Amino acid sequence: MQRNTCVSVLRAAAMVVVVLLIAGSAARTSAAENPPGLQVTIDNFSFAPATLTVPAGTEVTWVNHDDIPHTVVSEDKATFKSRALDTDEKFSFTFAKPGTYTYFCSIHPKMMAKVVVQ
Amino acid sequence: MASTKDEILYDHNHDGIDRRGFLRCMAWAGTGAVCVLNGGVLTSYALGRGGENGVKIPKGELTFVQISDSHMGFDKPANPDVVATFQAAIDKINALQVAPEFLLHTGDVSHLAKPAQFDNVEQILKSARTSEVFYVPGEHDFVGDDGQQFRERFGKGTQGAGWYSFEKKGVHFVGLVNVANLKAGGLGSLGAEQLEWLEKDVKHVKSSTPVVVFAHIPLWTVYPDWGWGTEDSAQALGYLKRFGSVTVLNGHIHQTMQKVEGNVTFHTACSTAFPQPKPGAAPSPGPMKVPAEQLRTLLGVTEVHYKKGQHALAITDSSLG
Repeated sequence: MQRNTCVSVLRAAAMVVVVLLIAGSAARTSAAENPPGLQVTIDNFSFAPATLTVPAGTEVTWVNHDDIPHTVVSEDKATFKSRALDTDEKFSFTFAKPGTYTYFCSIHPKMMAKVVVQ
Repeated sequence: MASTKDEILYDHNHDGIDRRGFLRCMAWAGTGAVCVLNGGVLTSYALGRGGENGVKIPKGELTFVQISDSHMGFDKPANPDVVATFQAAIDKINALQVAPEFLLHTGDVSHLAKPAQFDNVEQILKSARTSEVFYVPGEHDFVGDDGQQFRERFGKGTQGAGWYSFEKKGVHFVGLVNVANLKAGGLGSLGAEQLEWLEKDVKHVKSSTPVVVFAHIPLWTVYPDWGWGTEDSAQALGYLKRFGSVTVLNGHIHQTMQKVEGNVTFHTACSTAFPQPKPGAAPSPGPMKVPAEQLRTLLGVTEVHYKKGQHALAITDSSLG
């Protein structure tokens, strides 16, 4: 009886270790590959997705695929403000605090979208 | 506001202008038609390549040319060589029968407000057969520094974000800036300070003096979804209500469009860089790619004549090819 318990505990421990290892490597992979959920694509005078929901502390990257330059500017024009991004240029911002951040293109102000930070 | 009829009284010419003549006139603009709006009456003169039907374009006492949206620095497929097309526009101006007294550039001089881009435009304009160039900025000229470089180069004597007025041969010209402090989701905007200045500026101008207002974004609502309009232009136009002749010259939309409302003629010019789609005809107002041989037919300049005693100005659009 004691031996079986021992084995079960060892098995459980091994599983926990394995799970932790997998979780660890997954985190490293996502940081390196910048998965689509943390990116906003600019094209055809619009931001996609129009609403991006992310956890606090996330770095979001915008990439401009349009053939005209755009900017990424928070509605208050202070929280974040990119330089003009020509085609294929990028801008990143880390959202530390939760909240809803509406932003727009200061060159073409009809272009609007938001990041919801939870 | 005075009469808000958009229709124009027409004058039958032997070339058969009808009530839609104005629109047909605009369609001819690419082939060099001359549309003369004279006291609300439109007469048109179809002009062949060499003016072969022998009609003389009425000579004004004041001639100037509007150019717009040179976007110096743009290099995408819609036009990989905006330098060449800008030079072609200047060549076209230099070939006019009557040399313009000055040029009005209605903005987006540069594509990204970079010093080299402004330098390039100024360099090419040195070859223009004219004595001076007046500018108002477009939103592209405000990128990165809210127009500081633009004002240093082109805004001497201007106020605020760069507005000003001047008088030429009995015509009162007003340059307005509607690309400063743009708000999220908004259209073009003049702002309280500029409107206050405008009210004072025209206060002592006689109602019989023709007024020409030039600004980048259209001062009438062309297509709000694409930002083609100015939020507070109604207030500005209110200050101009009493004038017998008001001509509003704009750019920004990269195509010619014209609208008459009472004593006010609104006109937008072509770009010298790239065309944009007609309102709603594409998913976005971006640069419109056309076959290379068609590009220059969709770019152009605008000649404006003023003849003393005739309140309305004659506006002629001509394409680069």
